[in-house]
Amino acid sequence: MASEPRASRAIEVEINGERYEREVPARRLLVHFLRDDLDLTGTHIGCDTGNCGACTVLLDGDPVKSCMLLAVQADGASLRTIEGLAPNGELTPLQRSFNEHHALQCGYCTPGMLMSATALLERTSSPSEEDVRYALQGNICRCTGYVNIVEAVVAVGEGTSGG
Amino acid sequence: MLLSEVAYARPASVDEAIALLAGNDGARALAGGQTLINVMKARVASPEVLVDLADLAELREIGFSSAGLLEIGAMVTYAQLVSSSEVDVARPILARVAATIGDVQVRNRGTVGGNVCVADPTNHLPPLLTVLDATFTVRGEGGERSVGAEDFFKGVYLTEVGEGELLTKVSVPPSKGAGDGFAGVTIGKHGTYIVNATATVSEDGVRIALGCVGAVPVRATAMEEALSGGDLGEDAVRAAAEGLGASLDPPGDVHGSADYRRRLAEVSAVRAVLQAASGTGGQ
Repeated sequence: MASEPRASRAIEVEINGERYEREVPARRLLVHFLRDDLDLTGTHIGCDTGNCGACTVLLDGDPVKSCMLLAVQADGASLRTIEGLAPNGELTPLQRSFNEHHALQCGYCTPGMLMSATALLERTSSPSEEDVRYALQGNICRCTGYVNIVEAVVAVGEGTSGG
Repeated sequence: MLLSEVAYARPASVDEAIALLAGNDGARALAGGQTLINVMKARVASPEVLVDLADLAELREIGFSSAGLLEIGAMVTYAQLVSSSEVDVARPILARVAATIGDVQVRNRGTVGGNVCVADPTNHLPPLLTVLDATFTVRGEGGERSVGAEDFFKGVYLTEVGEGELLTKVSVPPSKGAGDGFAGVTIGKHGTYIVNATATVSEDGVRIALGCVGAVPVRATAMEEALSGGDLGEDAVRAAAEGLGASLDPPGDVHGSADYRRRLAEVSAVRAVLQAASGTGGQ
């Protein structure tokens, strides 16, 4: 048989443009691989039940919850995490818009919000308020009441914020 | 959360996947993982071997059979259903319903095969595929067979797919002018259903199935017969739904009592039939 079941697997992933090769236990969640093995702690663990979206990363361009994925499932994939948005410290228009619209309070959900909104803006350059609310449905924020978050994302599409 | 130790395999072909499932005690197929990973966290399920279907490209395809059936591979995601031109042409209700499952992240990973094989009584697709008269192709080491929805769903979390077997595809007849409707009441806007109803109206008559009121989708056969005369006006549909609730034995829980579900079943069935009759269900 070509592939015997194993308790660990050597995986190769590209994260924010950098290649990583690691041997990981099959039971390790992707979010733990990112945070504990690679020290990419910008991706947060909120609920660890797949409900809150704080752990959202982009897997081959699509938002996914990294607490509902095993690291071994990401073998061969290209990932983007919050650390990849502003690698040189220069904020993206979306990040600047979050700042200008006061779209965060405690900030815990923000990495996930930014990754989901980044994916939306890459598909739909000028999303409506309805588009934004639909795209962010999987990201829970317990501080803001969402109004400023939605305004911040819509404003990027309209080109009225952050250049 | 730390999962129990588990072994992992990523087969390159369907035959290899089936051999792995059949040859390892405690092996489970891993599709999108949007249910399985969570139940493993909760230790509700502790498979010893995960057989990841991720590399089986043939299970990710949407196409048409030579007989004109819409064929949806078991690993097709909800996001794929939503954006598929084949689904849009053949049976757009599938895309409309898939667009309301979970959230963006879940739709990017969750699969048609996972939804029906989990067979949670609150899942969207089992009642929908029952009404659409879908057939399910199950493959094992001894070959493959096709079963209808009424044989596929066997109980809570229980389907016709046995140990060492794999659901490979779901085949759905194209609408050919039929109207489809899907209605219900959820916990939160796109949350879990408390009750849902699917209906289809075609030259062959009306088919209705309810979700969340029994272990498997429940056909509303008396209501179907009451509508066989062809009058699908609102008064006639409401009259046909009378007694439907009383015929059910739904569960009661924190989200709704059994009586509330009986009432919702009638309301949802009426709405689904009216949608289907007006041809707006797939829009």
